[in-house]
Amino acid sequence: MRVLLGIGGSDDSARALRRTVDRAVAAGDDLTVAVIEGPAGELDREGVERRAREVLDDAGLPADVRHLEGDAGSALVSLAESEDYDEIVVAGGETSPMGKIKINSVAEFVLLNAHVSVKLVR
Amino acid sequence: MSGDRPFPDEQAGPFEAPPISFTDREDREIEIRPYDDAEREALVEMYLAFDPADRAQGIPPGQESRIRSWLENVTGDDCLNVVAWNGDEAAGHATLVPDGEAYELAIFVLQDYQRAGIGTRLIEVLLGYGADNGVEKVWLTVERWNRAAINLYEKVGFETSNAESFELEMALRLV
Repeated sequence: MRVLLGIGGSDDSARALRRTVDRAVAAGDDLTVAVIEGPAGELDREGVERRAREVLDDAGLPADVRHLEGDAGSALVSLAESEDYDEIVVAGGETSPMGKIKINSVAEFVLLNAHVSVKLVR
Repeated sequence: MSGDRPFPDEQAGPFEAPPISFTDREDREIEIRPYDDAEREALVEMYLAFDPADRAQGIPPGQESRIRSWLENVTGDDCLNVVAWNGDEAAGHATLVPDGEAYELAIFVLQDYQRAGIGTRLIEVLLGYGADNGVEKVWLTVERWNRAAINLYEKVGFETSNAESFELEMALRLV
């Protein structure tokens, strides 16, 4: 399966990266990691790319790491459609101080607009 | 998280502080008082009995272990909690959890005790408890379709602060 993972600098993006790489190794997925302009995160783009390459190297998984410019949600959806991906994966596990699960604007856009399957990682 | 959130200019309240007692619309004697850690098991019982259909954004959790760790989180240092009691049975629980300079609010009323006026008193008393403890700003999120909850929040003075996210966000100023 051709999988497009969109990650920014947030903690839940880091979790989505690890989970998706593990899954790709187990399932033999063809993975592309897209570095996106996510909602607030601790890492800048270079940091996110570095982290992605480290996790991919540790897992021994060859995967493209690309940078998407502009609005992250629409960039992910466009790329998935133009290059025939089967699934988009984004982080979906942010919580408020209260522990309420939140859907950020990127996840919301992808969920409502993608014509391929979408996976939110918790 | 509370960085850019707009809060109303006008302050809400005043609200009465706990403890309070009243008779609900089903003629039950209800007492609302600050939560004490010794009452943890009664609160766990309440959440074990909670109808999953009334969960919002994943809380309260369904599994006992998750209920316990969630309660640990919302009753931690600097959190403010009040519980509505019918005798020894916890009927409702409301909580303020610190978020920078503001607090996030959530309220839960056990299904058997809903539509009896308990939620209104519970949220008012929580806000009174908050005001007494230096809380200045409060926010919450609520599902857009949950008109009953939105009406309750508006009644005590919450105003919509962000209508562009998945959930409606509302804010209130106490000071």
